[in-house]
Amino acid sequence: MTEPIDLTLDVNGRSYQVRVEPRRTLADTLRDDCGLTGTHLGCEHGVCGACTVLADGLPVRSCLMFAVQCEGMELRTVEGLAEDGRLHPMQQAFWENHGLQCGFCTPGFLMLAVGYLEQHPDPDEEELRAVLSSNLCRCTGYQNILKAVRQAAADMRR
Amino acid sequence: MKPARFDYHQVRTAAEAVSVLAQSGGEAKVLAGGQSLVPAMNFRLARPEVLVDINRVAELDRLTDEGEILRVGSMVRHAAFERPVDDGPLGRLLSMAARHVGHLPIRIRGTFGGSLAHADPAAEWCVIARLLDAEMVAAGPGGDRRIPASEFFHTVFTTALEPDELLIEARLPKPSPSAKVGFKQFSRRAGDFALTMAAAVVEVRGGEIAEARIALGGVSDRPVRAPGAEEMLRGRPLPPSSSSSSSSYTAFADAAEHASGEVETIGDIHGSARYRRDLIRVLTRRALEQAAAQ
Amino acid sequence: MTPWVGRPILRFEDPPLLTGEGAFVADLTRGSSFLRFVRSPVPHGRIVSIEAPGGITVFTAADLAGVRPLRPLLHRADYRPVEQPILAGDTVRFVGEPIAMVAAPSPEEAEDHAEQVFVDIEPIDHVTSAADALLPDAPPVHRHVSDNVVVDARFDTGGVDEAFDAAEAVVEFDLRSRRQNAMPLEARGSVASYDRRTGRVTLAASVQSPHVVRTAIADLIGMPESDLRVVVPDVGGAFGQKFCLAVEDAAAVWAARRLRTAVSWVEDRRENLMSSFHSRDHHYRVRGAFGPDGRLLAVDADLLCNVGAYSCYPVTCGVEPLMALAELPGPYDFRNYRVRSRGVVTNTCPMAPYRGVSRPVITLAMERLMDKGAARFGLEPDEVRRRNLIRSFPYRSAAGLVYDEGSYLESLERTVEAVGLADFRERQDAAAARGRCIGVGFSVFSERTGYGTEAFAARSMDITPGYETVDLAMDPSGNVEARLGASPHGQGLETTLAQLIGDELGVDPATVRIVHGDTDRTPYGWGTFASRSLVIAGGAVKLASGLLREKLAGIAAAEMEAAPEDIVIREGRACVSGTDAGIDLSDLARIAYHASHRLEAGMTPGLAARATYDPSGTFSNACHAAVVEVDLETGGVEVKRFVVVEDAGVLINPMIVDGQLHGGVTQGIAQALYEEIVYDEGGNILTTSLLDFLPPTMTEIPEFEIHHLETVSEATITGAKGLGEGGAIGAPAAIINAVSDALRPYGVEVDEMPATPARLRSLLRKHERKYA
Repeated sequence: MTEPIDLTLDVNGRSYQVRVEPRRTLADTLRDDCGLTGTHLGCEHGVCGACTVLADGLPVRSCLMFAVQCEGMELRTVEGLAEDGRLHPMQQAFWENHGLQCGFCTPGFLMLAVGYLEQHPDPDEEELRAVLSSNLCRCTGYQNILKAVRQAAADMRR
Repeated sequence: MKPARFDYHQVRTAAEAVSVLAQSGGEAKVLAGGQSLVPAMNFRLARPEVLVDINRVAELDRLTDEGEILRVGSMVRHAAFERPVDDGPLGRLLSMAARHVGHLPIRIRGTFGGSLAHADPAAEWCVIARLLDAEMVAAGPGGDRRIPASEFFHTVFTTALEPDELLIEARLPKPSPSAKVGFKQFSRRAGDFALTMAAAVVEVRGGEIAEARIALGGVSDRPVRAPGAEEMLRGRPLPPSSSSSSSSYTAFADAAEHASGEVETIGDIHGSARYRRDLIRVLTRRALEQAAAQ
Repeated sequence: MTPWVGRPILRFEDPPLLTGEGAFVADLTRGSSFLRFVRSPVPHGRIVSIEAPGGITVFTAADLAGVRPLRPLLHRADYRPVEQPILAGDTVRFVGEPIAMVAAPSPEEAEDHAEQVFVDIEPIDHVTSAADALLPDAPPVHRHVSDNVVVDARFDTGGVDEAFDAAEAVVEFDLRSRRQNAMPLEARGSVASYDRRTGRVTLAASVQSPHVVRTAIADLIGMPESDLRVVVPDVGGAFGQKFCLAVEDAAAVWAARRLRTAVSWVEDRRENLMSSFHSRDHHYRVRGAFGPDGRLLAVDADLLCNVGAYSCYPVTCGVEPLMALAELPGPYDFRNYRVRSRGVVTNTCPMAPYRGVSRPVITLAMERLMDKGAARFGLEPDEVRRRNLIRSFPYRSAAGLVYDEGSYLESLERTVEAVGLADFRERQDAAAARGRCIGVGFSVFSERTGYGTEAFAARSMDITPGYETVDLAMDPSGNVEARLGASPHGQGLETTLAQLIGDELGVDPATVRIVHGDTDRTPYGWGTFASRSLVIAGGAVKLASGLLREKLAGIAAAEMEAAPEDIVIREGRACVSGTDAGIDLSDLARIAYHASHRLEAGMTPGLAARATYDPSGTFSNACHAAVVEVDLETGGVEVKRFVVVEDAGVLINPMIVDGQLHGGVTQGIAQALYEEIVYDEGGNILTTSLLDFLPPTMTEIPEFEIHHLETVSEATITGAKGLGEGGAIGAPAAIINAVSDALRPYGVEVDEMPATPARLRSLLRKHERKYA
C-alpha cells in the first residue's frame, strides 16, 4: 500500500508509534517522526555512513532501509549510547582524543564502532581500519577517530 | 533524494513473493538487502510501483552443502561469507571476495541473491558465479528453472530473470579440494566497486595445471571469462612455490597478457578502456600468483 | 597557575555533538513547508516556457520579479561584473542552476511536485573548459562578455626577459588542477520562518558568515536588514563552500515572506555536488629562470581559472585568479616576476573559495618548479629550496606582499631531518632493486592568515571584510559572555576563545559562554573563513578582556582602598598584590550592577566592554613531506608517511591545532590523488554521487607526524597565527612531488592533479612504449 502505515518501532528500548508512507526511510523516520535527529543524513546513497544505526545489534545504513521493514527490530541510535547522563566509553574516547570537529559524521562513527566492537571486542589494527573505512569524515583526517576507537576498545573490554 | 511512492508488500514465502510479482504486471521490484536498489530509488533512478520485501522469507536465508554443490539462498547476507563457509577452496574464495564487497554495514544488509539479480558488472558475486559456472534458480508462476551463469548476465543491471520471476538461490559447483584460488581487485578507495577484478581457480594434477578458470569483473557490461588465457594455462607446470612471481616463470604473465587482449573493455570516468586492459593484465597475473602460492 | 593558553584542554563544543543533541539545520525543519528547486538539465539555454499542473505551489523568476539579481563587484578595471538571478529568468547557464521552486508539506512530496514542473529550454552552444571558452568562436556565457574573460589581471616587476636571457637553465611546464567540491559532510540548507506579528524573518542557515548573509539577502529582496535575523545552528563542515551566498537561501527568505510561514531547504548530496560551489579548476603555464647556482631568477606565469557561470558574493570570482597572482611567489626569494591571471566564465557550476583558495595550486606550481630546477642542476630537493627560501624579515615579495617573520628554512631543515632524506635515498634504491617504486616529496609554503580590512581593501572589493568586534560582559553572577561576529563551525573556537578569556580575566574557561551565529545577539562581523577567526576574533577578545579587567581592577581597588595598578586578577579573585586582601569577581559583579552607587564617579554601571581588532595580517609557514609508493602496474599510489613541520606562532590549544592540520592535509591528499568534478562534452556533470566524487576513507590516509616551531608574531596581539588552511595548501604539492620522485626513473613528470591511477598509467605507458 502506498498509504501511510501505522508502525511501532523499538528505538533505544523505547516504543515509538509512527504513521509513515512505505517510502519513508528509516533515517527520515527516526529523524522526523521519532524526533531523534542525532542520526544524520550526509549522502542518502549509502556511502558516507553518517546515518549508521544499530539494527538488532549490527551497524546498518538507515538511509537504505525503509521504516516499514523495521518493526520488531531492536534499533539503537546515538541518543541511546549515554546512560544516566554518563557518556558511553566510545563517546568519552572521541571527546578525549579530539575525534570530532564539526560533529556531523560523529553519530554514525560512534554507532559503527560500538556495533563492531560489541561483536569483536579485540580487533586487530588492520581489521579496525578496514571497518572504520566504512564511514566518511571531512574534518578530522581520521587519525584521532582511530585513536579514540582503540582507546574505547580497551575501555569496553574492562 | 527521497524515493517515489510505491506499494509495499512484505512476504513470508517465496511462493507468496512470486504471486505478488505475477499480479504486478511487471511493475514490481524485489527488495532484498536494498543496498543497491534503495540508493537507486533515492536518486529516483529506480521507481518501482510495487516493492516485494523478501527479508522475512526464512527459506531463502539458507546455505545448503550438497557435497558437489553449495546452494546459496538469495537472502544470505554478504557478511555470512567473511569467515569461510566451507573448509575447501570454495570457502576460501568466497571469503576473499566477501571482504571486498562494499563496507561492513553494506555486507550486513546486502545479499548474495540481490547482488546477482542486480547484475552490476563489477559485483564480486557476479564474477564468482561466472567463474564457477554457477546456476541460478528462478521461481516463477510456472515453477522453477535453472539458468547457467553464462546466460544469466545480459548487460549492465539486466539478467535473464523475467519480471515475474524471483531468484531463489545460486548453485555453486565446488572446485576440487586441491584446487587453488585467487581473487584480486583494484578500486580507487577501500570498499568502492572495483575498476577491475580478477578471480581464478586452478585445478592441479601431478604438478600441472589441469584446468584454469579466470573471470573478470568491472571491465565491460557483464562479468566475463578469459577463455584464451585459460586455455594457455592448461598443461603448464605450476611455478616453484617459492618463486611464484619470479621472472623466469612467465606462464601467468603470458596468460594475463592474453586475457587483457581477448576481453572487450569499456571506459568510464575512473578509467579508460585502455586502462582497464592494464588492470586485467596485472590483476589476472596477481590472482594466478596468489592461487599458486597457496 | 599554568596559563590556559597552550593547554590541550578538551573542547566545550563536544558533549552535545557526541550525544546526538547537536542541532543542525535539517534538525530544525519540523512544521515547515519543504522547498525543492527545479534545476536546469542543460548547460546553456533559453527558457521558452515553464508549466506546472494545478494544485502545487510553484514559484519562478516571474514571481520573484521584485528581487534584484546578485551582482558582486570589484572596483577594478580588469574585472567585469556579471549578474546572477535568484531563479533563472530567460537563460540558464549551468546544469543544476535553479529555475523554479516548489513548496510542499513533506520532503518527499516536494520532490514529487518538482518533477511535475515542465521546463521547455531551447539549448544554446555551451562551453565547459576555460581553454575552450577563450577560443575566438566560443559561445559567450554572458552576452556582454563576448570573450568570456571576467578577470584579466597583470603584474610585471620588469626585468623578466633579461633574467630569462641570462639564465643558466629555463624550466617550463603546464600545470592542471582539476575541479573540486569542498564537500562538507552536511550539505547546505536553511529554514526561513516568517513572524506574522513583527513581519520579521528568521533565517536559520548553515553558513559561515551570518551578517554577510543578512546584508546580501536584505539587499536583494529590498527589505530593511533589521527585518531579517540570521542564526547559524551547528554547521556540519563548510570549508569555504558556505561562505558565499547561496541563492537558495535568498529564495527561502522570499518564500517565507510570500507564504507567511516557515519554509526549509535541505540540500541533498546530488544537488551539493552539482550546484553548490566548485573550486580550483586551474590551468597554468609556468616558466622559471635559474641562475648557475640554482638560484631562481625569474618567474613568468600565465594563469587561467575557470570560475564557472557566475561570480560569487561577496568575494567575487576574482578571489582565485587574484590570489594566485599575488601569492604565487610563495616563500621564494626572486625579484623578477611577470604574471597574467585570468578568470574565465564557462557553463559550469560557479566557483567559490575552498580551504586554501588558490594556494594549493600555486604552491604546487612553485614546488614543481623547484623540483624541476633541482633536477636540472642535479640537486636534492632540499638543497634547491635551501638556496632559494626567504631568510630575512620583514620580506617584500616580488609581488609586493610583506611577510612577517617566519621559519621557512628551519621548517625545511626539521622536515628533512624527520624524513631522513639520505637514508631514504638508500631505501629507495633498495626498493627499486626489488621492483618497488617509492618516492619522497617536499613542499614549503607560506599561509597568509588573519588579515584585516587593509589587506582586503587592496583587492578593491565592493564589500570589504576584515575587522571583528567582540562584546564582552560579565553578568551579575560573575559569569563571562562573549558575543562575536565570527561564526565557527568545527574549529573549536568556543574553547580557544574561552582559554584566552580565562587567562585575561582569571576565570575558568569552562564558565565562559561564547555567543556566535546570531545577528540579533552579536555585533556585525565577517564570519569564519580565511584562517582568520582565532587571530582576529581572538585579538578582539583579548582587547575587550583587557578593558573589562581594568574596570574590575578599578572597582576592586576602590573596595579595598588600594591602587588599581596593585590589583592582580586570577582564579576568580581580585587581590591586592603582596597582601592577603582579595575579593571575588562575583562580588565585584554584584557591586557593578546592583550597588552602582559605590562605583567611583564617572564609572558606568555594569560590566561590559566592546573591542574591535583589525590587524594587517601575518604569515604562518610550514614544510610538508610525503613518502609514497606507486604501484607501476595499476597506477595506484599509497601514502606511506606524511610529515608536517608547522609554525603558527603561539598555539592556544595544541590539540585543536593538530586536528586542523590532520583535516587540512587529508583534504590536500584528496585533491592530489582522489577528488575531481567531471563534466562531459555535453556539459553534463558526471560526478553527482560519492561513488564518483571520491573523498578518501581512513584506509587511504596515513598517520601524520606533526612537529611545531614557534615564531611569535608581532603582527598579532595574541602571538598566534592562523592555520586552518595550511594543511590543504601544502599537502598536494608534497604528494605530487613524491609521486614524481618515485616515477623519475621512468621519465614521468606529474603536473596534474588529481594524479589518478588511470592518469599515472597513461604517463607510464608512454614510457613503456618508448622502451619497448
